[in-house]
Amino acid sequence: MIVSAPEAVSAVEDGHTVLVGGFGMAGMPVELIDALIEHGAGDLTIVSNNAGNGDTGLAALLAAGRVRKVVCSFPRQSDSWVFDGLYRAGQIELEVVPQGNLAERLRAAGAGIGAFFSPTGVGTPLAEGKESRVIDGREYLLEYPIRGDVALIRAHVADKMGNLVYRKTARNFGPVMATAAAVTIAQVSRIVEVGELDPEVVVTPAIYVNRLVQV
Amino acid sequence: MSLSREQMAEIVARDIPDGAYVNLGIGQPTMVADYLRPDSGVVLHTENGMLGMGRPAIGDEIDPDLTNAGKQPVTELPGASYFHHADSFAMMRGGHLDVCIMGAFQVSARGDLANWSTGAPDAIPAVGGAMDLAIGAKQVFVMMSLFAKDGKPKLVPECTYPLTGRACVSRVYTDVATFAVEPDGVRVVETFGITVDELITRVGIPLVPSPFD
Repeated sequence: MIVSAPEAVSAVEDGHTVLVGGFGMAGMPVELIDALIEHGAGDLTIVSNNAGNGDTGLAALLAAGRVRKVVCSFPRQSDSWVFDGLYRAGQIELEVVPQGNLAERLRAAGAGIGAFFSPTGVGTPLAEGKESRVIDGREYLLEYPIRGDVALIRAHVADKMGNLVYRKTARNFGPVMATAAAVTIAQVSRIVEVGELDPEVVVTPAIYVNRLVQV
Repeated sequence: MSLSREQMAEIVARDIPDGAYVNLGIGQPTMVADYLRPDSGVVLHTENGMLGMGRPAIGDEIDPDLTNAGKQPVTELPGASYFHHADSFAMMRGGHLDVCIMGAFQVSARGDLANWSTGAPDAIPAVGGAMDLAIGAKQVFVMMSLFAKDGKPKLVPECTYPLTGRACVSRVYTDVATFAVEPDGVRVVETFGITVDELITRVGIPLVPSPFD
């Protein structure tokens, strides 16, 4: 369960779909991403809210040429020059997903839901090619789950079983991504003994967590 | 006199019911927070997973784990709560959020909203939470200048920019007038330095004058 960052990310193979937590830098598992760059796996599909900030973390992974496709809600930011350059050069695929649909598609994957009808995006260009249905007089679009081979997330404190507690708005995508991948790796600031976390405050139960890295 | 951005924010704040749960979009809508009365009981939602968001953080208060949807550091108020992204958007989609305030490129006479893409061929598409907010909040208030830099109205018969949501806008707050989008048309609620006749001429869609005019 408790391993080094390089050992943890050795689960990632070429062509994998990797879910990466974080909203901007809050909750971004930077050390795990750095280890993934060192590890060298490529042809990856990255699912994350943004497409990298500045030159570190996700942006560095993109710059290293390891990513074939990005699935995200908001790739364009003031400091997303790495993604912008790759996209304009036609060197990366992009699937834009409304943020709530992104979260719910991840949740569906973790919850064993085959697909769901969402009202978000009806009448917009993002509805193109999607099955729609009117339910109780309102139109919805059929949305499919997003499953990961590996999830890289950041939490605050873990116990040695892998129960996780988050901190403030750094929680964001962590809990849903933890449920949606075959292998979930959490980087945390602190690991405590089993029994030290109040069961009432555990946000991600250990059943969803496969590897822990303390940084 | 047309309104300044600050005056627009003040007018929007005045129309938010006491005790409402409200999401303020990135940019100009963020300014509305400055004009909410401390005793209004309004609770701010930020889609990255928080209710009870306080003012921007300064100095030692800055915590990289505590940001708003614009990724700026903020503070928490007593009674705040944190939740993950799926819960945060379920809160909107499920109809629990009273008001959301957003900017816009265009709003149509039916209340269609276009605020995420100009459709330019070289633009990188990025939608964030705008589409979820547009169809999720019980009321969507738009804040924008009524006329674009080239003088063209942004309140239009049909949006020419790609839509964010269909028939979702209930109020449009602009620098020269406030409009209510109602089933029988767009009603002028209030004007600032312009007459209703001038508005009708310049906007080019049927406008219903307020009964009080």
